[in-house]
Amino acid sequence: MIHDMQPDDIVGDFKEVYLQLYNSIKRRILYTDIETPYPDGKLIVSTTDLDGNITHVNKSFVEMSGYTEEELIGAPHSILRHPDMPPAAFKDLWDTVQKGEKWQGFVKNLRKDGGFYWVKATVIPNIRKGAVVGYTSVRRKPSRKKVEECIKLYPTLF
Amino acid sequence: MSYMFTVSPDFSPDHLSGWYIFNTWLQRQTEQAIHLEILNDFTSLHSAIQKDQIDLIYANPYDAAMLVREKGFLPVAKPAGESDEAIIAVADSSDVNIVEDLKPGIRVAYTDDPDVRLMGMIMLEPADLDSDNITPVLTDSYPVVAKHLLKNEADVGIFLAEAFDDLSNLIKNQLKVLVRSQISVIHHALMIGPKFQHQREAMTELLTSMHHDEKGSSILKSLGFSAWEIVDDEETEFMIDLMDTLAT
Ligand SMILES: Cc1cc2nc3c(=O)[nH]c(=O)nc-3n(C[C@H](O)[C@H](O)[C@H](O)COP(=O)(O)O)c2cc1C
Repeated sequence: MIHDMQPDDIVGDFKEVYLQLYNSIKRRILYTDIETPYPDGKLIVSTTDLDGNITHVNKSFVEMSGYTEEELIGAPHSILRHPDMPPAAFKDLWDTVQKGEKWQGFVKNLRKDGGFYWVKATVIPNIRKGAVVGYTSVRRKPSRKKVEECIKLYPTLF
Repeated sequence: MSYMFTVSPDFSPDHLSGWYIFNTWLQRQTEQAIHLEILNDFTSLHSAIQKDQIDLIYANPYDAAMLVREKGFLPVAKPAGESDEAIIAVADSSDVNIVEDLKPGIRVAYTDDPDVRLMGMIMLEPADLDSDNITPVLTDSYPVVAKHLLKNEADVGIFLAEAFDDLSNLIKNQLKVLVRSQISVIHHALMIGPKFQHQREAMTELLTSMHHDEKGSSILKSLGFSAWEIVDDEETEFMIDLMDTLAT
């Protein structure tokens, strides 16, 4: 499940904020300015159920998020929600995949240690025997230029 | 009646005779008439699939979506512990040391292996490169990709990692690897079509125990791997979904 972040887990100076997740749960977020670079040649993969609870993660996901696989499976995907990400981005993600379409975007993700990493994410519905059974997100290394554009754009979307 | 078997045209030429020997073995073991038809390129392969001429195929992951979702194919087995990975390399003498040093307009050499090209292009994206701003240099084989780099007829090459590793040391020493993918879940697989599916279970059983005897083991060696392993339907569906996310 999703817990408040704990100062003991955080590496470096941090700021504190409360985020409303799922329009209900309030989560205490502790975050720093430390960026972890995207690992070359790897894809970060996760699958969720229809409600966005994590059902599968690959090794790169575990390594980059800083959580253990046990902590991730069953948790809502907003466990990675960074306060700098505008809610409109995730609304667009959900509206798109719920229509059965592919969503692509640049996302700043929050690590367990308070740091962050940028990804280019592609999310698709998993269709089995004609029915949507969940969603898969595959992240790849983003171009720095695109990330710089998002750093300028995202604060204007709140 | 006879069933038609084919091998995705991206197989290594060293394994051609291996596939014929494998086909003979398979016919004997299954007591089915299976004809191996080697098609020279992906265009002829895709047209044969569209005409429903293929019953059994050692398929490239890129074609798995069409085979499974449009043509009703199912996985039988895959090479144990193997996955398709891609490498981005430049000439050792090049000034380029990381992908981000590459600039729009560069000449990119690759072959027509669709999955390798897809993985390779994704590894070029961090430099803001895509099919619209590179100059493609399409070649017949990975040794030719290497040759283009060494002769400065291309700036960067996309290789199947296995084919890169098989290049001679003399060539490899003159190349510099910028990135090697570590995706692990993209792989070739033997897939069976609707007309032949009554044999699926029996074939999976035969193939996954093939490495236990000497004859089987030596045939596998001539195909370039050590054993077949089972692939379940969901694993294949997952790979297809993953390929789908990479396709744009
Ligand atoms: C397959 C999939 C992957 C997702 N990956 C992320 C992610 O990496 N980071 C993130 O913040 N949200 C991700 N989301 C969106 C979250 O479900 C959630 O909408 C978001 O974190 C915002 O939280 P909220 O909807 O509770 O406000 C993903 C959703 C799906 C369906």
